[in-house]
Amino acid sequence: MSVVRLPGLITTDDRVSGPPSRWDYAADRTFRALAQTGVWLILILLGVILWEIGGKATAGIRDYGLGFLTSTTWDVGRQQFGILPHIWGTLYSSLLALAIGGFFGVVMAIFLTQDFLPPQLAQVFRTVVELLAAIPSVVYGLWGLFVVVPALRPVAGWLFETLGWIPLFGTTLSGPGLAPASLVLAIMILPTVAAISQDALRLVPYKVKEAAYGMGTTKWEAILKVMLPTAATGIFGALVLGFGRALGETMALAMLIGNSSQISLSLFAPANTLAALLALNFPEAGKREVEVLMYAALVLLAITLLVNMAGEAIMALSARKTKS
Amino acid sequence: MRRVSTTCVLAGFVLALLAGPVAAQDSLRLTGSGATFPFPLYSAWFKAFSGKHKGVTVDYQGKGSGAGIRDFINRTVDFAASDAAMTDEEISKVPGGVQLLPMTGGEIVLGYNLPGNPKGLKLPRDVYTGIFLGRITKWSDPKLKAANPGVNLPDTDITVVRRADSSGTTFVFTSHLSAISEEWKKGPGAGTTVNWPKSDKFVASPKNDGVSATIKQTPGAIGYLEFAFAKFAKLEMAELQNKAGQYVAPGGEGGPAALAGVQLPGDLRAWVTDPDGPKAYPVATYTWMLFYKENKDPKKAAAIRELVEFCLNDGQKMSAQMGYIALPANVAAAVKKAAASIQ
Amino acid sequence: MSVAPGSAAAPVVTVRLQRSVFERRALRNGLLTAGAWAAAIVAGIPLVSVLYMLIVRGGARLSWEALSTLPPAGFEMGGGFGNALVGTVVMVGLASLLSIPVGVMAAVYLAELGPGSRLSRTARFATKTLTGMPSILAGVFAYAAVVLVTGTYSAPAGGLALAVLMLPTVVLTAEEAIKAVPKITRDAAYGIGCTRTQVIWKVLLPTALPGILTGVMLAVARAAGETAPLLFTALFSSYWLFDGGAKLMQPTASLAVLIYNFSGMPFDNQIELAWAASLVLVLIVLIINVVSRLVGQRRV
Repeated sequence: MSVVRLPGLITTDDRVSGPPSRWDYAADRTFRALAQTGVWLILILLGVILWEIGGKATAGIRDYGLGFLTSTTWDVGRQQFGILPHIWGTLYSSLLALAIGGFFGVVMAIFLTQDFLPPQLAQVFRTVVELLAAIPSVVYGLWGLFVVVPALRPVAGWLFETLGWIPLFGTTLSGPGLAPASLVLAIMILPTVAAISQDALRLVPYKVKEAAYGMGTTKWEAILKVMLPTAATGIFGALVLGFGRALGETMALAMLIGNSSQISLSLFAPANTLAALLALNFPEAGKREVEVLMYAALVLLAITLLVNMAGEAIMALSARKTKS
Repeated sequence: MRRVSTTCVLAGFVLALLAGPVAAQDSLRLTGSGATFPFPLYSAWFKAFSGKHKGVTVDYQGKGSGAGIRDFINRTVDFAASDAAMTDEEISKVPGGVQLLPMTGGEIVLGYNLPGNPKGLKLPRDVYTGIFLGRITKWSDPKLKAANPGVNLPDTDITVVRRADSSGTTFVFTSHLSAISEEWKKGPGAGTTVNWPKSDKFVASPKNDGVSATIKQTPGAIGYLEFAFAKFAKLEMAELQNKAGQYVAPGGEGGPAALAGVQLPGDLRAWVTDPDGPKAYPVATYTWMLFYKENKDPKKAAAIRELVEFCLNDGQKMSAQMGYIALPANVAAAVKKAAASIQ
Repeated sequence: MSVAPGSAAAPVVTVRLQRSVFERRALRNGLLTAGAWAAAIVAGIPLVSVLYMLIVRGGARLSWEALSTLPPAGFEMGGGFGNALVGTVVMVGLASLLSIPVGVMAAVYLAELGPGSRLSRTARFATKTLTGMPSILAGVFAYAAVVLVTGTYSAPAGGLALAVLMLPTVVLTAEEAIKAVPKITRDAAYGIGCTRTQVIWKVLLPTALPGILTGVMLAVARAAGETAPLLFTALFSSYWLFDGGAKLMQPTASLAVLIYNFSGMPFDNQIELAWAASLVLVLIVLIINVVSRLVGQRRV
């Protein structure tokens, strides 16, 4: 809206709206160019990162090929490397953490936004939940080591004795392992998922909720059948971010996963993840090991890509189902 | 408008900082990075040095011997520290040459967690090798009982705690095991990371403090870690049998005895994988600082030489107090002489 | 709501407008509410446990001395983390300056200016891939991009690494927030003759501000607590950043690296300081959170 001055004609307010001025058009074009630059910067950033990692990884890829993905030895002395246990551990721990943290995060979000608590109290808890995202992962690692592992040990022992024939509980918990790591990871991503889901739910227009109640739904019917589907894309975004965080988490997992190159279905066995592998070995790695670690980093990015694509496919399928 | 002006103010602030006075550099700054094992000691040394020499500040960050060597080769630091010295290949990457100086030493101990906290558990050579190979799996094993007649050993499983991250500590410990056991040498071998036996009873924790915390929390655990960490975490430490057949406890004369028995070659790189002396503690090592023979700034080179001088005199007195091994006199003299080549 | 069906003979019918708790839908509602409460409490227990541990252990050592002095070495008593506090604020500030404008601009493009285009789809894809990047890689990237080029560890290198970690969160949440602005609002703005920029700048962004702020807060919170990237870019320093002139191109202390260093030392003094530093980190984020909510609210 440009300002057109008509002195003398209008006494109270000289501003009258008119067509955009030349300055407005110029500002418009600049802004759009800036926005496009922002998008290109993201693409360039990813490109540069891939180029950096890929550049260092090519030697590793050339020498180890696809066998890298299926071998289970990691022996620096004999220059034999394989990341199958790490891929397994990454997927197992992250998906488990996403299932637990994602579920509880969304439930928390519903709990805090759908009038289960007085509004001021809900706001306080919302802030507290967001704060938890600020706790450094080292602290989560320490908490896991000093609180979660001792607390889990008796439970794990009981499960092993009574249900040990189920592969999930096939070993005892000798200290760090998959279960403590996944639990702590779930706690770490819960604030992210909860905070973004809360926003998604609060952005659902009030009219939609009122319409549902007007039709006579119970509170939960309104939530499950109307609010959640409307907020679905936002909640899905929350899950994507949470999953990304779970995949890339290094410090806390390094302390809690047990770092053993075994593949086991048991929740209590030690395992290993790609991110922890990178964090623990990169500082001391020699040239050859760096190449191999960069190869592993590429694999991790590829996994993120694949799981995200799978998630989007699932969302698209369910959207099609609700539409039809 | 308000948002625009806030952004302008912030931007102006940042630009002023970046373009700020580059002059007024009366304070000379040295930066180093590398091994985490001597980090507590070095931080004490450097702070004391900066206190005594106004105008020079020294910073050190522990991030791993390998990372330190990388920084050193890339010339992003003024000096580095490594538990594993440097290989010839790495030295060749530094134009102008590298001066390696051993600055202090340390012992690696086996800490354990048993009910009743028996002190000074005696571990014969084949027993502790067997534990780490995964062959001896229970505390009530007859070999352990034979070596410790007065101790009440329970029938629990032995949980072995090892390092999760690559580390100089692992390198030193596995080098020792390779030197005393053919089976170990052919199996896991020596290195900053090795292929440990595949068993659920082998757990890994990152860094020395991770290992000590895990040992403390897990009944029936045993693991290897640096003496200073075990001492301050108040872990019980085993007495190991040395080459001469004697059981030596860590923390006493065993460390200096082990280091003194080694003759340092000209480039000051030597490993003590299996010391001979009757009083020697079997697992000990030097740790090195790496300096450029050709420094770009003569003032920095002079400051570095003063730093080395300080570490060799006042610094060595702090070593023993903090759980490290002071350099034997002949070694200190050799280091002093070699330091003159830092230009 | 049980109402007897009206019949032609119209007998006298009592209408009970009372809802039975055991009626199927009401029962399900009640059970789900109970379930939600239970889940909220179960999820709340570990969160409270972490906060409790943080407050108890950290609070014990929190003092003016801790906030204003330099880190202690080895066997020293006392000391604090004042320089690390300054360093974290500076580096997170730099990271925000880099990532927030780029992120919001990109989100604007993705949500408004070209939602379906190939460029947008690729960029969205790229952002989602970047969310899974381990923090250590951001550090390695910034190391190659800044540290090797300038020859020294520095605060801007740390800022760049943190910005890379913050960017995906900012972009994805901002995009969702902008997309959620009701169509009516948008159409009204166009209706009075705004250019696209004016619609975005004066209507969409202010309305989406709370959602964007949530994303920014989460990103800032994460960046403040990351250790691995800073080890490769800013390293650490036991001295003040602004000592005798402002020089950013030198190794910079940060709370995250201090916690990493001190929690790993065998000395009680340092371990206590590490906990106090963790608490201070959370408090800083709390302050930024509260301030930004106040600022954000006033606009709307």
